[in-house]
Amino acid sequence: MIEVKDVHFAYPNGVEALKGVSLTIKNGEFIAIMGENGAGKTTLIKHFNGLLKPTKGSIFVDKVETTEVSVAALARTVGFVFQNPDNQLFSETVEEEIAFALKNFGFKEKTIKGRVTWALNLLGLTQYRKTSPFMLSGGERKRVALASVLAWNPRILILDEPTIGQDHQQKEKLLQFILQMKTQRKTIIIVTHDVEFVAECDPRVLLMHQGKIVADGEARKVLTNPEILLHASIIPPQITQVFLQLSDFELPKEVIDVYEAREKLLNALERKAK
Amino acid sequence: MSVFDGLKYRRVYSPIHNLDPRIKFIYVCAIFAATIIYWELPPLITLFLIQVPFVVLAGVQREWIRSMRGAAFLATIIFVTNFIFSYISAGYTVTASNLEYAIAMTLRFIVLVESFSVFFLTTSPDHLGLALEQTRIPYEFCFAFTTAVRFVPVLAEEAQTIIDAQKARGLELERGNFLKRIRNYIPILIPLIVSAIRRSLELAEAMESRAWGATEKRTNLYVLKMHRGDLLLIAITILILAVAIYVRLFLEIPPLSSLLRGSFF
Repeated sequence: MIEVKDVHFAYPNGVEALKGVSLTIKNGEFIAIMGENGAGKTTLIKHFNGLLKPTKGSIFVDKVETTEVSVAALARTVGFVFQNPDNQLFSETVEEEIAFALKNFGFKEKTIKGRVTWALNLLGLTQYRKTSPFMLSGGERKRVALASVLAWNPRILILDEPTIGQDHQQKEKLLQFILQMKTQRKTIIIVTHDVEFVAECDPRVLLMHQGKIVADGEARKVLTNPEILLHASIIPPQITQVFLQLSDFELPKEVIDVYEAREKLLNALERKAK
Repeated sequence: MSVFDGLKYRRVYSPIHNLDPRIKFIYVCAIFAATIIYWELPPLITLFLIQVPFVVLAGVQREWIRSMRGAAFLATIIFVTNFIFSYISAGYTVTASNLEYAIAMTLRFIVLVESFSVFFLTTSPDHLGLALEQTRIPYEFCFAFTTAVRFVPVLAEEAQTIIDAQKARGLELERGNFLKRIRNYIPILIPLIVSAIRRSLELAEAMESRAWGATEKRTNLYVLKMHRGDLLLIAITILILAVAIYVRLFLEIPPLSSLLRGSFF
């Protein structure tokens, strides 16, 4: 569980990135943080594993205040996958890259082997086991970065912009993977600009604007509210836009899912035919 | 990263910022020369103080103090090593003169950092490139130089992100003995170097697709011209250098301890 209590944060250069953020993230929740560039999304998630400490207010991860423990100690519970995989890849082989964190946490040699195999398998990287991570494509490097965090099986998983540079198939896999983690009662937090992806996952959405949370609720409610979205420079999912345009035809406005949309449209057509 | 902060240029206007970078560079070189011909404390203190008006005039006190703080670590090392060696060579005794010598060596380093930091704090990379070009250095080199200077803060920022990313994977930089600590930096350095190389290749491609080097003769939108301030700075530079050389050659410099004693008793 993550509790954020009236957190303010200013960077050393004086930029106030967070201006009083409060929220509670329960175990097993799936959350998407959205908002325009510079809204404070990345700053907020960097507080969850202690990389940044609030200048005012406090953050508790499983009842422990983040200022009391080291990043390495928090990282055991909070896995953080950075946006750009090139910021972390350094090993000679993919295998070693994934084992890096496990060694840092002091796992036993045998356990490390097992975990690495498991993580490679999970993300479809087994054939690259002995390949240099620098030889892989952008999407594959991103998966190696993800695997290197998943390997130690953190209870809370934070993904910064996981869909950037991924083709549709990879996004679909990512979605499946997130749903799988959800069934294991893991907490998943993603930061993204990808409205379509969020619409497909249907998580709890936190909308940020200028260092504050301006909306917090189901994707279905937040992503279909054009006024709130406009505030945070986000355009509703395309399917929602269609339904907003058709609001004169007695169609519901809160639609984000394609299959649901199909049903609603067919119903409306049937009504009209009668 | 505080050392880099102390060298980061910020666009402000002051009499010092408006000076011709070529003249400013000559001034810095003159200070450099004057600094290394002295190993006594009084002239080094003078050289240190001479530059304070420049800092105040340029209005970069805060950044300047930060760069001084960044240099503190190296300055401490210089002080300790000099002190230990003069302590040994003086026959394992602490005397006022060898203490003064160690302080002087440290101050020499600080004066150098001080003058270079004033130069970089008040000279925009563009101006610097322009100055290089107008001294007839081939454009390729000038461009490479300005790009390198411009990318220092970018790389510093990137290094911070990499440190964060590795910390998030349980890396503890401060853990272990001395050798282990150095090895802890491998996961930081490799991504940093790789991304710098990648970035440079991308930059080269982007420059070439924007017709870099298409014409032989390149003209500039702005051309550097000398003003009255520049002439004044030249005069100051020559004066400092002349006095420094004169004092070095023809006067004997008493150690600070005897100067102080002289004034007190």
